[in-house]
Amino acid sequence: MSWMAWTGLTTTFFSVIAVILVCMTVYEIKVPCTERKGFLPISTTRGDRLFIGLLSSAYIHLAFLAVTEFSLMIALALSVIWLAILLRWG
Amino acid sequence: MKKITNNKAWFLVLPVFLLVAFSAIIPIMTVVNYSVQDIFDQNTSYFVGAEWYREMLRSPRLLDSLLRQFSYSFSVLLIEVPLGIAVALMMPAKGRMASVSLILVAIPLLIPWNVVGTIWQTFSRADIGLFGWAVNAIGIDYNYSSNASDAWFTVLLMDVWHWTSLIALLCYSGLRAIPEAFYQAARIDRASSWAIFRYIQLPRLKSVLVIGVLLRFMDSFMIYTEPFVLTGGGPGNSTTFLSQALTKMAIGQFDLGPAAAFSLIYYLIVLLVCYLFFTVINLQDKAK
Repeated sequence: MSWMAWTGLTTTFFSVIAVILVCMTVYEIKVPCTERKGFLPISTTRGDRLFIGLLSSAYIHLAFLAVTEFSLMIALALSVIWLAILLRWG
Repeated sequence: MKKITNNKAWFLVLPVFLLVAFSAIIPIMTVVNYSVQDIFDQNTSYFVGAEWYREMLRSPRLLDSLLRQFSYSFSVLLIEVPLGIAVALMMPAKGRMASVSLILVAIPLLIPWNVVGTIWQTFSRADIGLFGWAVNAIGIDYNYSSNASDAWFTVLLMDVWHWTSLIALLCYSGLRAIPEAFYQAARIDRASSWAIFRYIQLPRLKSVLVIGVLLRFMDSFMIYTEPFVLTGGGPGNSTTFLSQALTKMAIGQFDLGPAAAFSLIYYLIVLLVCYLFFTVINLQDKAK
């Protein structure tokens, strides 16, 4: 695997994504979700909200890098909170 | 009654998943790994964290090409979509001329990108190209290799020539799918041709237009070959679009880390646009 130039950070990142996907799959099998309308303008399923949450988190991180000097940990914390809000009420 | 969904059919997707993992997921993971490191050679690399991202997001060269890319893609859509609809409306609906015009309209689509670039490179030259010479002959000073706005105009014109046909053909098929009864009803109401277009044809073209706009946006957003052959990104950087800026960095200067960071930013933009289109298409399907 050395050709893929893994680092500790990226390994953690992809593991977390994989764990989220596995958990969501298991959750979906145990408790199938139905589409519903939250504060987002479109009605979404759980998977839709996860995707929207992850994509917007990526943009939150990029915005932090582009315009601020703050640590990315703040962006990460914000993203986690945002993801939780989105999954619950989105 | 409780409905039971059987998701076992998803296993049938497994071979494709493996293929996609091999051709897309593993490479993109590698790109992510590269984007946080400074790579010198196979065994020497230093972890730099988000440094490349910060550098890329603040580099005027790349922000300029991003801006250029967006204005280019929007100009392409602004010109090609109305023009394509107009061409489709003017194409004959039946008879021998219908097939002849279909073939004529489809020809530009069959020409490979680099050939299109070469055609326009010669065609627009001020000294020997018919188009360039003619424009100069009517008194407009035009030279795409030294004037930035001329170069921009030529690249845009080339794309319009190459791809308007796609929108025209999509709209043509959309128009042919409108039942005759709609037109009969319109004639009974003595609807003007504008009203027919506005209230019958345009709404019926909506779904093909979404696909057309998606295809044209994506294609123009990743444009590389045509401007590369025509202007080489110049004069200066005036026609250097995203993919060309990226290639220069990754292959020309071998700056793998920054190039990886930039391609991931590029990827996120594409992903967002794709998702927006996906949502629009889904909403349309539901509305039916």
